[in-house]
Amino acid sequence: MSNYETFEYDVLVIGAGGAGLRAVIGAVEKGCKVGVVTKSLLGKAHTVMAEGGAAAALANYDTEDGWKVHFRDTMRGGKFLNNWRTVEIFAKEAPERILELERYGAVFDRTPEGLISQRAFGGHKYRRLAHVGDRTGLELIRTLQDKAVSLGFDCHMETTLTRLLTDDGRVVGAFGYRRVDGQYVVFRAKAIVLATGGFGRMYKFTSNSWESTGDGVGMAFDAGAELQDMEMVQFHPTGMIWPPGMRGILVTEGVRGDGGVLKNGKGDRFMFDHVPDFFRDETADTPEEAARWVDDKRNNRRPPELLPRDVVARAIFKEVGANRGSEHGGAYLDISHKGADYIKKKLPSMYDQFLHLGDVDITKQPMEVYPTIHYAMGGIAADPDTCATSLPGLYAAGEVAAGLHGANRLGGNSLTDILVFGRRAGEAAGEFASGNAHGTVPAEQIEQETDILMRPLSGGDGVSPYEIQTELQEAMQKGAMIARTEESLNEALAKVIELQGKLNDIRVPGDTRFNPGWNAARDARFMLTSSEVLIRSALERKESRGGHWRLDFPEEDAFWSKHNIIAKLEGDLLKLEPRPVPQIPSELEEILKD
Amino acid sequence: MSTITLRVFRGDHTGGEFRDYEVETAPGMVVLDAIHAIQKEQDPSLACRWNCKAAKCGSCSGEVNGKPKLLCKARIDELPNDQPIVVTPIKTFPVIRDLVSDVSWNYDVAKQIEPLKLADEGSTEPLRMQQIDIDRIQEFRKCIECFLCQDVCHVLRDGDRQDLFFGPRHMVRFAALEMHPLDTADRRPLLKETAGIGTCNITKCCTEVCPEHIHITDNAIIPLKERVADLYFDPIQRLFRRR
Repeated sequence: MSNYETFEYDVLVIGAGGAGLRAVIGAVEKGCKVGVVTKSLLGKAHTVMAEGGAAAALANYDTEDGWKVHFRDTMRGGKFLNNWRTVEIFAKEAPERILELERYGAVFDRTPEGLISQRAFGGHKYRRLAHVGDRTGLELIRTLQDKAVSLGFDCHMETTLTRLLTDDGRVVGAFGYRRVDGQYVVFRAKAIVLATGGFGRMYKFTSNSWESTGDGVGMAFDAGAELQDMEMVQFHPTGMIWPPGMRGILVTEGVRGDGGVLKNGKGDRFMFDHVPDFFRDETADTPEEAARWVDDKRNNRRPPELLPRDVVARAIFKEVGANRGSEHGGAYLDISHKGADYIKKKLPSMYDQFLHLGDVDITKQPMEVYPTIHYAMGGIAADPDTCATSLPGLYAAGEVAAGLHGANRLGGNSLTDILVFGRRAGEAAGEFASGNAHGTVPAEQIEQETDILMRPLSGGDGVSPYEIQTELQEAMQKGAMIARTEESLNEALAKVIELQGKLNDIRVPGDTRFNPGWNAARDARFMLTSSEVLIRSALERKESRGGHWRLDFPEEDAFWSKHNIIAKLEGDLLKLEPRPVPQIPSELEEILKD
Repeated sequence: MSTITLRVFRGDHTGGEFRDYEVETAPGMVVLDAIHAIQKEQDPSLACRWNCKAAKCGSCSGEVNGKPKLLCKARIDELPNDQPIVVTPIKTFPVIRDLVSDVSWNYDVAKQIEPLKLADEGSTEPLRMQQIDIDRIQEFRKCIECFLCQDVCHVLRDGDRQDLFFGPRHMVRFAALEMHPLDTADRRPLLKETAGIGTCNITKCCTEVCPEHIHITDNAIIPLKERVADLYFDPIQRLFRRR
């Protein structure tokens, strides 16, 4: 029998980003004893990387805005693959979640009337993003962290969970290890909220940190939960390219929202040539109109740079492919015409990031950018109202969950997503916990997992986990990036299967105490699982939609426009099935026609 | 392609040694890139915290040639290239392993600070605040909790007196709350007693190392000291005070 420490909670929250911390608040307010597990220190989660803002139809500048317009924009941006009910809840509850956050202590930038200022962003018809300069994510996570701490919960920092424990189909706990001392830990919980974020680490150029290895998706899948639309990942159009160590790091969409323009290597403002018919009516025709929009949003249409992210990312990809790239093979993003004072006030962290890490003064020079993997629209299938997954006792909120964003997420919707559904997941888990006793922790599942965990430390020569990671990242970057074909996807899949065959040969030096190599060995399994599901789903979806662009099926397809792809483990086999997108009620369908 | 030598502390709280690693340089490289290269190519067991790699999360704090820095912001080309680059964990807190220190004390301290308290608690009305009134607290809220200021604070680092002083990071948190236009709590007694603001002798070392350029001493600590002094030491106010 393995030696492990045991903790007991009504509700266990896995992940301490915005969704996890908002779930804590929700569950504590339901009277639950709550524990949180995070792979990093508290307050360091990926939420801090969100820059531009949190979208909510507060209508502080544009009084025409309201939940219906936010609903419409989100559904259109997601190419109607979204779950309408999820989007409805989201758009309706977004304003109250933002206002509540302000009462927790968040200090957003203000309008002249002293209300929360709102920023224009891609795909949003009106100015909608509550923001704090370009560090909105930090404001959110710190606010939620302080609020949750003041309410009281147990925080297990630098702890990695690797398996959900199930008893007769119900989730009853989770197992893993403390990174600091290598101690195995078992968490018994009546309900669990997964808020583990995304899986963008599987690509070579990524805006995601080491944490985004897909543990949440992987654990849920291994336990039998349904995953949805895993092929739908977002390539943010503007990641840094240069210097090499900064490749993939995010450049906020706020640069474009505040007047930044994209130019190719020839100096042309190419986005005017890439406006899809679907968005033509709401997009400026000329640079003059686009320039006027920055200061007068009422009487002018938005610049083409602010089309949804999938459109802009593809445009940059095509320009570079047509040999019109920038010096290091990307596009130029220029906001220098707005002047130093404006830029330093609106985009202080971008200014700092480029000046100190990229040797570029963005008040004088253009930035160089290229699409970078940024966000997972797909993830664990979750109920719109409760965030319940297909496994009893398991809830999912935030990036790890699927349904809200459809085929493409609008910028600013993720920070609000984590507030709206973090709260709902925490409260629903709390209610489930009140109605159910603890289950029985299955010893054999723990034994199996410790075997997997200890294998890399069993000595002798073997494969380095970093070698697996690097090969996977190369393969995914090549085969499953922005532009996909059956051939490229199959090549990536072959590599994934080959690497899965090497997992048991991973060997690392050292012991279990704060050993990144040992940690990476287990992470590699999750990365390969999420990669495999992503690729197989991408092969299945024989059309182009949102973030999923198939060069061999460049058009939208009538069947796939109405189907999500569900992936599930049956026995040892990965099963994929198309499932009809829930039918939208006619009164909501009317809104989409505007 | 040129190479550099990194001299990295390997060990834990019981002791350790410095080990040299040769790393190939690349344009724009930072110390964290070099640490990652070592993990990837030479020793995967080298322990180091990091997350965002863009100076936004405050995880990768360490000391480079004895100076507290975010490793993700420490450019190799700004360091002397004729000698090894010495990388050590932050000194004020106990070492867990290699470059990772135990900063949990900071999280325990944070629990003692009363959060924002609004006069109309329970209401859901939007707050009204003018930008000009929140500019100064927005500076404090830029803090990424890297704890470099805690690392250089004389009271905490040289005096080892965590029992006396919460340290600059938490003074910044106090300042953000105390100067919030709508806050109604009074944290001055806590500041004076348990948090020990009087022990800060305003050497400004914390301000110098802050990667977010927060004017910790001038804008947070000194105004807080003045508020505490007003409450406890103002001779005129003392005449009118009952207790």
